[in-house]
Amino acid sequence: MPMNESWQTAEIPGPKKASLIMKPDIADAMIRRAKRPIMIVGHGIIEYDVEGRPLIDCLIDLSRKAKIPIVSSASTNKEFLAREFEPAAIMSAIDISYRLTDPEWKGLDGKESYDLAIFVGLPYSMEWTILSGLKHFAPGVKTMTFDCVYQPNASWSFPNSTIKDWAASLKGIVENLED
Amino acid sequence: MGRKSVNFSIKEINTDLARFRDLNITIGAITREQWDEPMGPTPFPSLTTLRPWDQRLLKRYKPFYLPFCDLCCMCTYGKCDLTGSKKGACGISMSAQQSRTVLLSACIGAATHISHSRDLLTHLIAASGRDCPINVGGTGVEVEAPITRLVCGIKPITLGDLEPVLDYCENQVTQLLAVTHTGQEGNNLDFESKVFHAGMIDHVGMEVADIAQVSALGFPKADAEAPLVDLGLGTVDTKKPVILVIGHNVPPATEIIDYLKENDLFPEVEVTGICCTALDITRYSPKAKIVGPISWQLRYIRSGVPDVIVIDEQCIRTDTLFEAARINTPLIATSEKNCLGLPDLTHEPVESIISGFVTGTVPGALILDPEKVGEVAVRVAIAMAPQRKKHSALPTKHQLTEWAKKCTQCMLCRRACPNDLPVAQAIRLAASGNLSGLDELYDDCLGCGRCESACKQKIPVHSLIVTAADKKTREETFCLRSGRGAIQDTEIRKVGGPIVLGEIPGIVAFVGCANYPKGSREVAEMCMEFARRRYIVCTSGCSAMSAGMYRDEEGKTAYERYSGAFEAGGIVNVGSCVANAHIAGAAIKIASVFAKRPLRGNYEEIADYVYNRVGAVGVAWGAMSQKAAAIAAGFWRLGIPVVVGPHGTKYRRMLLGRADKEADWLVYDARTGEQVNGGPVPEHLFFAAETKEEAMVMIAKLTMRPNDTSKGRANKLANYIDLHKRLIGGIPPDVYRLVRTPADIPLTMKDEIQVHLAEHDWKEATIPDPTLLSRMVHSRKVA
Repeated sequence: MPMNESWQTAEIPGPKKASLIMKPDIADAMIRRAKRPIMIVGHGIIEYDVEGRPLIDCLIDLSRKAKIPIVSSASTNKEFLAREFEPAAIMSAIDISYRLTDPEWKGLDGKESYDLAIFVGLPYSMEWTILSGLKHFAPGVKTMTFDCVYQPNASWSFPNSTIKDWAASLKGIVENLED
Repeated sequence: MGRKSVNFSIKEINTDLARFRDLNITIGAITREQWDEPMGPTPFPSLTTLRPWDQRLLKRYKPFYLPFCDLCCMCTYGKCDLTGSKKGACGISMSAQQSRTVLLSACIGAATHISHSRDLLTHLIAASGRDCPINVGGTGVEVEAPITRLVCGIKPITLGDLEPVLDYCENQVTQLLAVTHTGQEGNNLDFESKVFHAGMIDHVGMEVADIAQVSALGFPKADAEAPLVDLGLGTVDTKKPVILVIGHNVPPATEIIDYLKENDLFPEVEVTGICCTALDITRYSPKAKIVGPISWQLRYIRSGVPDVIVIDEQCIRTDTLFEAARINTPLIATSEKNCLGLPDLTHEPVESIISGFVTGTVPGALILDPEKVGEVAVRVAIAMAPQRKKHSALPTKHQLTEWAKKCTQCMLCRRACPNDLPVAQAIRLAASGNLSGLDELYDDCLGCGRCESACKQKIPVHSLIVTAADKKTREETFCLRSGRGAIQDTEIRKVGGPIVLGEIPGIVAFVGCANYPKGSREVAEMCMEFARRRYIVCTSGCSAMSAGMYRDEEGKTAYERYSGAFEAGGIVNVGSCVANAHIAGAAIKIASVFAKRPLRGNYEEIADYVYNRVGAVGVAWGAMSQKAAAIAAGFWRLGIPVVVGPHGTKYRRMLLGRADKEADWLVYDARTGEQVNGGPVPEHLFFAAETKEEAMVMIAKLTMRPNDTSKGRANKLANYIDLHKRLIGGIPPDVYRLVRTPADIPLTMKDEIQVHLAEHDWKEATIPDPTLLSRMVHSRKVA
């Protein structure tokens, strides 16, 4: 399977395409470099495990270790609450993404705008279009996706991967952040 | 007003002034005024007449563009890369290009409805005459054409009166389309204003179509007890010859019914339909059956059940001729807009046409005479049935397994699937004889067939899914309340107060196509949930069908469970796509019939009333088409928000409010003229929800209006908070923005909300008499 083709075959954007996260170190470096990262988590995460653990637990670990606030969209919040983890905000993916296009917006805590937005778990085409909106209209925000498929409109994306390879990479990112 | 061509000639006349011989006089139009309401400020608005109103809305709801492509490829300068801040060779920016594309889409949608309306009206005038009276509800409906009266400032009396209305619509769509030419409009917000204009014109066109067909074809007239009709694949009697009609423009299908009746053949032949022609044919005859929404085309045709297929226009698969040939079924095309390369046999003798079909020498034909279509379709179905023997294009279960064994697990099927369904995994299971995976896919499958086109092994994937789910297809035996058309003025008077005050928590209209993220069932579940909560639920088009394709725990469909009246807890199927006009019409009539606001050519004031006081929300959960884009735009201009499913982001832009920016939510208090905070309601004008759960919570929130009384706001908040707790988890984070006074707090939630308010430093606010229009202020305190 080609690594850097849109997962949905026909959804080809244009000249500017996401760089591949081929190694956990790449994502790790981007996260470390970001001053104000944020993570937007959609309902699709419920379907996935990372080497035997639910993906959501992996994301909670990541959030805690890297101090990345989580915005929970749709009904994902219930899963977080079940784990006694309180997301920074409950907002629709559309709403939070729209705010990211506003350079004047000072973030959920009213302090400063975000410079890195990590997306995971949205329906593929919805995430595709939202990332396109940010690519064109949020020049100050880099975007990254943690899904197991390639999202060309992000700044960085995993390649189209097997679940096994993707899970290993994701686990590596979280482990690296412990260092 | 009416348009009549009057001609008279005088052979010879002598007067004191002169002597005339062979004098011919033609008067193109005469006016017969029968409406004493004074003309409002904006009859027949042009492209910019309502621009100030649009700008008010667009200042609050700014576009969030979601480009579906980084390029513009619309002229030979291109392709132009518009990524980020780059401009095209014509100077266009990405935001302008996106709004231009949205306008194109809305123009296509409006043109389609208006063209449909024109063809229908021409046919009905030919059959019933220009003087055929408009009657959409007898004495129960005095305002027969609220949108036409509002936009055009005229009160149509007869079918002939609708012709100049369509003249206006056609003119406006032409003007709007011209706007999209290279080097024309360059500002994204001006494009957006024109999108709203296209939407408004679209609603006029839809209204003309539906009031004309209701009047001339005897459809249910604002009837809350319109009959329940059969719905689903399993309702079709496959022992009989079966006719399938697909599309939106009903005259050929009504002629089929007429021919069957005139020849006492109705008991012997099944008339079935897909998409809006199906809805309208059951409004004409409740004996006809609805197979399902647009996504049922492939599965039904491949089943081999139809013995003849008659298509008219819109939302018909363009490969229908190919699919029909696979099951040896003749196809009759009936619209100039959809000829499919077929020979035009309109003027051939009926016997000759039938012979061609039955002998197989003619696989399909264009017949542009609906009456002839009626006879040919019936006789061909009767002749073909015994020789076709329901020849199916679906594999047997054994063949299915053999096909599945050819799968290489390349995943191209899944990568082609709009819903990213696990097709390859299901086929892998099927190869081992386990069909459960494919059977499960059936419920969420859109029926687009892209999986098959993608498959390098030529596996008929969609057919495999349908075969695996054959038990489900046989059990599709549902019902739907036939489209009732308009809402009665008497119903409006009854619910107007409770709606405006917020005691009925809202009107939720489920409209549009079937491009659902997770099947039809979600629409049915949402309809039933909101009806149970005493909202007024309206349905139309494919969504009206989906609403009926599910049974609750007691085995009842939505239409059996809930009344068809426009009342709290009613589920009101207005009819086909063009009947959407009655939903907008109901909102307009709340302003005019209930609140007595002047209607005639008075768009801004009525829209301002609807926007600030009528808690209506449109939900196009599977919106797919350009028509859906135009319909949504018509609602936006009226200030009615629209929620779409996740595929709706492909419409390329949302219209979103910012609840966190207080300055965005200022309204005039009409009592004092002061500008006050009306609160972030409705928060968005066009919003794509990720899941059904998110949509339901957002729908409940979007029904709030600045004018809600405390009792009404408490009712709306109770629904919003309860849904949020149940579907998202916890109290919504923005309740403090929606509570204006302590009396707004739902009694049963008082303690927890007071804690929430204290956490957010909440302060009490006044409830205004809200308007966005300074001229609506009672005392002239506005600068």
